[in-house]
Amino acid sequence: MTEEILKVEHLNKFYGDWQALHDISFNLKKGEVLAILGPSGSGKSTLLRTLNGLENYKNGEIVFHGKKVQPSPKEWQAIRQKIGMVFQSYDLFPNLTVMQNILLAPTKVQKRDRAEVEQEAHHLLKRVNMDQYADTYPRELSGGQQQRVAIVRTLAMKPEVILLDEITASLDPEMVRGIEDIVKKLSENDHMTMILVTHQMNFAKRVADQVLFLEKGRIIEKTPCEQFFTEPQSERAQQFLTDMDF
Amino acid sequence: MDWTIIQQALPAYGHGFVLTVWLSLVGIIGSIIVGVIASLLQYFKTPILSQIATAYVELARNTPLLIQLFFLYYAFPVIGWRMSSITAGIIGLIFLGGGYMAEGFTGGFQGVTDSQINSGEALGMNRFQLARYVVFPQGFALSMPALAANVIFLIKETSIFTVIAIPELTNTALDLIGMYYRSNEYLLMLVIGYAIIMIPVILLLNWLERKVRYGAFGD
Repeated sequence: MTEEILKVEHLNKFYGDWQALHDISFNLKKGEVLAILGPSGSGKSTLLRTLNGLENYKNGEIVFHGKKVQPSPKEWQAIRQKIGMVFQSYDLFPNLTVMQNILLAPTKVQKRDRAEVEQEAHHLLKRVNMDQYADTYPRELSGGQQQRVAIVRTLAMKPEVILLDEITASLDPEMVRGIEDIVKKLSENDHMTMILVTHQMNFAKRVADQVLFLEKGRIIEKTPCEQFFTEPQSERAQQFLTDMDF
Repeated sequence: MDWTIIQQALPAYGHGFVLTVWLSLVGIIGSIIVGVIASLLQYFKTPILSQIATAYVELARNTPLLIQLFFLYYAFPVIGWRMSSITAGIIGLIFLGGGYMAEGFTGGFQGVTDSQINSGEALGMNRFQLARYVVFPQGFALSMPALAANVIFLIKETSIFTVIAIPELTNTALDLIGMYYRSNEYLLMLVIGYAIIMIPVILLLNWLERKVRYGAFGD
């Protein structure tokens, strides 16, 4: 029996009069990897950002560990320590070294012991082959290297869920594979629960257990990953996969 | 060009020079302090205080120093606030400079990208942590060019103190020209006097800008 970690119920989001998300409902089990796919402008990133409180929503519920999230800044600050997020643009802090970037939130936000976090950080950096860059500044690193550090920075918070927002979209093609491998290992070895938004079908196919297919802010289908890529339920998803040359 | 004229005027220019440097220094430091406070009040949108800060910044930036000095030196004594010309000059310069500095810092804070702020938020930072660790370090670095421009501007503005008879460089030169009618010598000395101040300041500011922009960010 796998535990349900995150549940979204009847979520609606508006930008002014325009509705960006329509009645979104789904749930996520512990250890599950969910890929949110869909054409540009379908609301994938908006949905992901909503799950981390970076976007507000008009009505509906987000339930984390069986408890309804109250949409207040304070509550989100607490939840974000458990739901980490990695962005397309990496967004490491440019004025801090790799190690300082990783230590900042665990020591200042979570108030954990610095020496202990530093030890963990070295361990995590080794896992992504970045330990030799601990004292380097972000601008001296390639995009792929920065993204590895950004993943470590999120992992150092010991999150229960990680949201990955197009994390390979700004990378050179040869860097993409390395980042995908890291995500794959996080799923296989650490059973990390993740939700990823991507335009790269290969990435989704490699790591996801379930696919949530969105169009125009609506869920068109939620299908186990393998089935989605071989026999999607909806015509719209079939068309999408054909358009993506997949 | 008469060298004896220049020689005789040197001590007077020396005094003027020292006074200009001293007034500039006090004015710049005061302006930075006032500017930081005003920009922080605006950043945190502290109720009432942030509105006062905004009103102050607009008033300071949209009125000429000349008029500010007239108010301080000639109008305030009417309601019983009497002050020396030096005090009026310093208060005026800090009043003016504080507004410009605040605007520069605010511009820097606003230059920090939304995605950097999202990245801090996603790490669970509250708004004070976000300000302390993300917005301010980057924002102050971004505001360096504005700060440098303001420093140069404020040094030049000290020349307006001549209207309330503070014997700084410009006042010294105008006084001597008025007495001896030797504008060539006295104006040349005035230009050299300002050049001696401005050239090192500009070099220092350029160095500082480079250091803040690249040094801190690891280039």
